[in-house]
Amino acid sequence: MATTLNAATLLAVPLAPLAGAVLAGIFGTAFGGNLIGRRASHTLTILGVLIAFVISAMTLKSVAVDGARFNQTLYEWMVVGGLKMEIGFLVDGLTAMMMCVVTFVSLMVHIYTIGYMEEDEGYNRFFGYISLFTFSMLMLVMSNNFLQLFFGWEAVGLVSYLLIGFWFNKPTAVFANMKAFLVNRVGDFGFILGIGLIAAYAGTLNYGETFAKAGELGGLPFGYGTDWMLITVICICLFIGAMGKSAQFPLHVWLPDSMEGPTPISALIHAATMVTAGIFMVARMSPLFELSDTALSFILVIGSITALFMGFLGIIQNDIKRVVAYSTLSQLGYMTVALGASAYSVAVFHLMTHAFFKALLFLAAGSVIIGMHHNQDIRWMGNVRKYMPITWITALLGSLALIGTPLFSGFYSKDSIIMAVGASNLWGSGFAYFAVMAGVFVTAFYSFRMYFLVFHGKERYDQNPEPHHAHFSDEEPDVQSHGHGHDAHEPHESPWVVTAPLLLLALPSVVIGFLTIQPMLFGDFFKDAIFVDAAKHPAMASLAEQFHGPVAMALHGLVTPVFWLALAGVVLAWYMYLKNPALPAAIQRRVQPLYTLLENKYYMDWINENVIAKAARGLGVGFWKGGDQGVIERIFVNGSAKLVGRFSGVIRWVQSGYIYHYAFAMLLGIIVLMTYFVSWPMVQEWLAK
Amino acid sequence: MSLTLGHYLTLGAILFALSVIGVFLNRRNLIVLLMCIELMLLAVNMNFVAFSYYLGDMHGQVFVFFILTVAAAEAAIGLAILVLLFRNRNSISVEELNTLKG
Repeated sequence: MATTLNAATLLAVPLAPLAGAVLAGIFGTAFGGNLIGRRASHTLTILGVLIAFVISAMTLKSVAVDGARFNQTLYEWMVVGGLKMEIGFLVDGLTAMMMCVVTFVSLMVHIYTIGYMEEDEGYNRFFGYISLFTFSMLMLVMSNNFLQLFFGWEAVGLVSYLLIGFWFNKPTAVFANMKAFLVNRVGDFGFILGIGLIAAYAGTLNYGETFAKAGELGGLPFGYGTDWMLITVICICLFIGAMGKSAQFPLHVWLPDSMEGPTPISALIHAATMVTAGIFMVARMSPLFELSDTALSFILVIGSITALFMGFLGIIQNDIKRVVAYSTLSQLGYMTVALGASAYSVAVFHLMTHAFFKALLFLAAGSVIIGMHHNQDIRWMGNVRKYMPITWITALLGSLALIGTPLFSGFYSKDSIIMAVGASNLWGSGFAYFAVMAGVFVTAFYSFRMYFLVFHGKERYDQNPEPHHAHFSDEEPDVQSHGHGHDAHEPHESPWVVTAPLLLLALPSVVIGFLTIQPMLFGDFFKDAIFVDAAKHPAMASLAEQFHGPVAMALHGLVTPVFWLALAGVVLAWYMYLKNPALPAAIQRRVQPLYTLLENKYYMDWINENVIAKAARGLGVGFWKGGDQGVIERIFVNGSAKLVGRFSGVIRWVQSGYIYHYAFAMLLGIIVLMTYFVSWPMVQEWLAK
Repeated sequence: MSLTLGHYLTLGAILFALSVIGVFLNRRNLIVLLMCIELMLLAVNMNFVAFSYYLGDMHGQVFVFFILTVAAAEAAIGLAILVLLFRNRNSISVEELNTLKG
């Protein structure tokens, strides 16, 4: 199969978007002298991503159909001791699928951006960033070693930081990007500790070589006065990295705030691809995670907390993007739960379906935002379907996929997760099962709350208490006025560059689950990429037993409680927000303390700012005042100088300049020496006696 | 009563002590200081000669010649410095000579 997969072709996948990013980001901005215009920028970057997508699709075909594999080191960067730092690609089912998802969503987002960022000054810069992101993400997923994984990991974090703060003269955006960066550092700290432990004990950074030694690593104790197993420590460290990147509780706080960035990147980075890097990484490391039940239980519990409790927060949000952001958090929680249940392929399957329908929902939300003249508050929307039919239909399909309607892609992945958790026998799986079941209801409720408030009901465009133009300046300052129909409050359908990606994403959102569940979960598509110890973790095996084809699964889905919970959520949302719109306010009054708790996001931000950040700042001030100024400056630097000064003061006092002082010193010396020479033999004699 | 080694050593010690006291008490005159140092050397010479005689070893007396030579040269140089000092500063008072101060 060497003809289908070779180094040069694979190298073109990440390098084509990189070339686009360099051209648009350097020559298209003031940095390189504005050499190329907007049209050239988006053409070049889209071309780069298109090349990457086409090659990825071909790669997927040869991996899936011909069974081709590629695992080769292309370049040796350096050797430190026995540790090789290399750049290489590993292409198997997991990588090929991720490559396709990343490049496809990225391509859609590139096209969408032409419409969304039309009037933005940073148009070329934006294209440069998203292409750079595509490059980084591809380096991350295609890597065959931990170093390159870490490079991609940090690079996507950097681009995420740049893009959240894209409107850098908006203070909230700057705050949000700093927050995202700092929270991710916490996760990355764990991640690099995990990589360091692997490098220390396995002596290699290459995936294949590490996994070959996995059994050996699994038997080692961690030591240092603890009775932990080494593999548990490694896995939990790696998972802490995943918690930061995939926004798991308690490191989730950055993701809702990242909505300060432009909507296309919320779709690309903060829903479809970057945030799933953690899920991908854990799935890739499955031979390690399989060895530690403790780590898997930890993952299970963290994931289920995220899945359920972040869903609750989605219910009370009024910003259309934040609702989708909390739903992303909750769905990431589902994926994490699946990882914890050892159903790695199910997690990756949900990652894929989620990438499509969540990117779709975000882009639809962005389309609504354009149509509503940059109003993001769903309380002042309503009946948008009349004006934006394409957005309406695609958003409906996306929501149906999200809540797990049978035959839609989300159904297959989410139902499989719930079944896998039900079949899991690990500590914490009971709670996780409850959380994911309850999460289904919550997901359906908030998704359709948003859907009904935006697309149905009465038109409330003129009820916005904030004057429209003032609203503009503090929400998205760089977006210029739309010009056409701006004063009219009626929304309007978005241009084709916006709706085309919606339609193209709606297609896989609906059908991809039906088409791919068989090979991905129960075939051997992930055969050599994901390892499951079936004897210890029977979830996947029992899933396979119950599976009788996608149609049978959908029919069976109609009679499971999962389906009825979702339906109940939809009906409740319909009743509360369409039939009887006074009800939510009444309920809110009844349970005010609970509402306040949700409004303040469980006080996580408060805790972070007032406890953790304050403690960290206190520690910093302590080190600064005590360690730096006190010990280093006062004792070491100034102290040694002062000591020399004081000592010389004493010496200077001896150097009086008076001759008789010197003479006195001389005589004193003579007396001392004479006393010594004369009396020392006597003392010795006396001692000898 | 015959002279013993003890008598000579006592004489040397007395001379030495006198010269030490001279160094300490003298605050006025640099010449006195120089003379005291010469006297110290003489006290040492006295010891050398006495030991040399009583031990029957000529080396001590040879040493005395060297010391005398050095003392003479030292006195010559010292007095020359003294003369120049007086020309420059118009004083040979020990108390005023503190330009060596660091």
